Amino acid sequence: MGVRKSDIVLLDDKGIRCDGRKIDEPRHIMIKAGVLKNANGSAYIEFGENKILAGVFGPRDVHPKHLANTDRGILRCRYHMQPFSVGERKNPAPSRREIEISKVIKEALESAVMLENFPRTVVDVYIEVLQADGGSRCAALDAAAVALADAGIPMRDMVSACAAGKVADTIVLDINNEEDQEGQADMPVAYMPNLEKITLVQLDGVLTAQEYKKCLETAINGCKIVYEVQKKALKDKFFGDNPQ
Amino acid sequence: MDDIKRKYVIPGDVITTGPYRAEENVNLVGDKIIATSVGISEIYDSGVRVIPLTGMYLPRIDDFIIGIVKSHTSLSWELDMRSCYPGILPAQDVFGRDFNPKVDELTSRLKRGDLVAARIANFDRSRDPLITIGDRDLGKIEEGELVKISPSKVPRLIGKRGSMIQTIESATKALITIGQNGYIVVSCEDPEGLLKALEAIRVIEEQAHVPNLTEKIQEMLGSNSE
Repeated sequence: MGVRKSDIVLLDDKGIRCDGRKIDEPRHIMIKAGVLKNANGSAYIEFGENKILAGVFGPRDVHPKHLANTDRGILRCRYHMQPFSVGERKNPAPSRREIEISKVIKEALESAVMLENFPRTVVDVYIEVLQADGGSRCAALDAAAVALADAGIPMRDMVSACAAGKVADTIVLDINNEEDQEGQADMPVAYMPNLEKITLVQLDGVLTAQEYKKCLETAINGCKIVYEVQKKALKDKFFGDNPQ
Repeated sequence: MDDIKRKYVIPGDVITTGPYRAEENVNLVGDKIIATSVGISEIYDSGVRVIPLTGMYLPRIDDFIIGIVKSHTSLSWELDMRSCYPGILPAQDVFGRDFNPKVDELTSRLKRGDLVAARIANFDRSRDPLITIGDRDLGKIEEGELVKISPSKVPRLIGKRGSMIQTIESATKALITIGQNGYIVVSCEDPEGLLKALEAIRVIEEQAHVPNLTEKIQEMLGSNSE
């Protein structure tokens, strides 16, 4: 389109990426559970440069009442980016992108949360992105899953999410912002590690069938790494100094 | 058999694959028994369950609860009982059978914010839990300090055959009313005793997962009273 290609090297000859990671190495992940007092459950995640806060309320009464379902609970999810979360001020009103991400996060969590135990109620998940750096939907989903577990809402399994993608014709794990902008494909995946089930796959870009398979496998391996961090966050909060 | 195997679990953890009955807070998938809540899993001879460490109170028929009056209609009160559903206390239960909504004013008996010791009379998936105070020792609570703990920690506060609660009551001379929903009313004539009892409850809530907690509390109250 006549746009000047950026001069950053996404992948050098030694297989090192633009931020110094290897192709199968995720960014640094830190999760803390139970950071908010007023929410029933909460979690804070730092996923590379992403900083995201998630709060969960419920199960509670549904308002407006007409949304209530008589034989199961409903899940509502709001993904929201703070005006200061990106370089240029972001309008705080929900954008098309935020509405879409709210929807996919809701659907990714719905298959894990046992809403059938709570008819006529709602579980609200609020996600605030404080700082965004590529792959924020996966990071948000990871935080939301920990917040749900922190709130004591029954879940079939944890939901762990991680992206993979294609950069300089190579499948790499956990795409960052530069790789997302300049790379060839981005594929966020959410996965239930114990049930071995996928709850979210999106793909932006073009992959061959073989690449697709490899990309999915890479992302699932990333999810398993994230799962260990989620597990540690919950164990630290609830079992603290008394590990088993 | 008293041989119970305990383990800390989070949702998704596979507790066992053996031929056990899946009980509370677990999910049977194939031959795996998977935890659905953060808590302590227990495997005993007949089944597997998880005692949750967090979460809302789920009403069960015949549970003794403490509710806070939230609002009322012309026929019933609505109680907050730290659950996902409000408790419904019918006016007839308080005024008797000759209750007349035209004459009797509900606020004359129970106002917003009042504490009520009650029992769950009926509850199923299709309607809000029905509350009753028509029994001995039930009704409006006149005095005491309200403490809120997680409903899942109530069994720990009571202890084996009431050992924990007896320890606190005898050491502090406080009267402690425990609702299954995690609302607790502590009353004590001696302010020192009240503070000690509140502190003991706080410690139990914080360290509910720690073994031998009764001894620790005994020690704490014993050393404080000297």
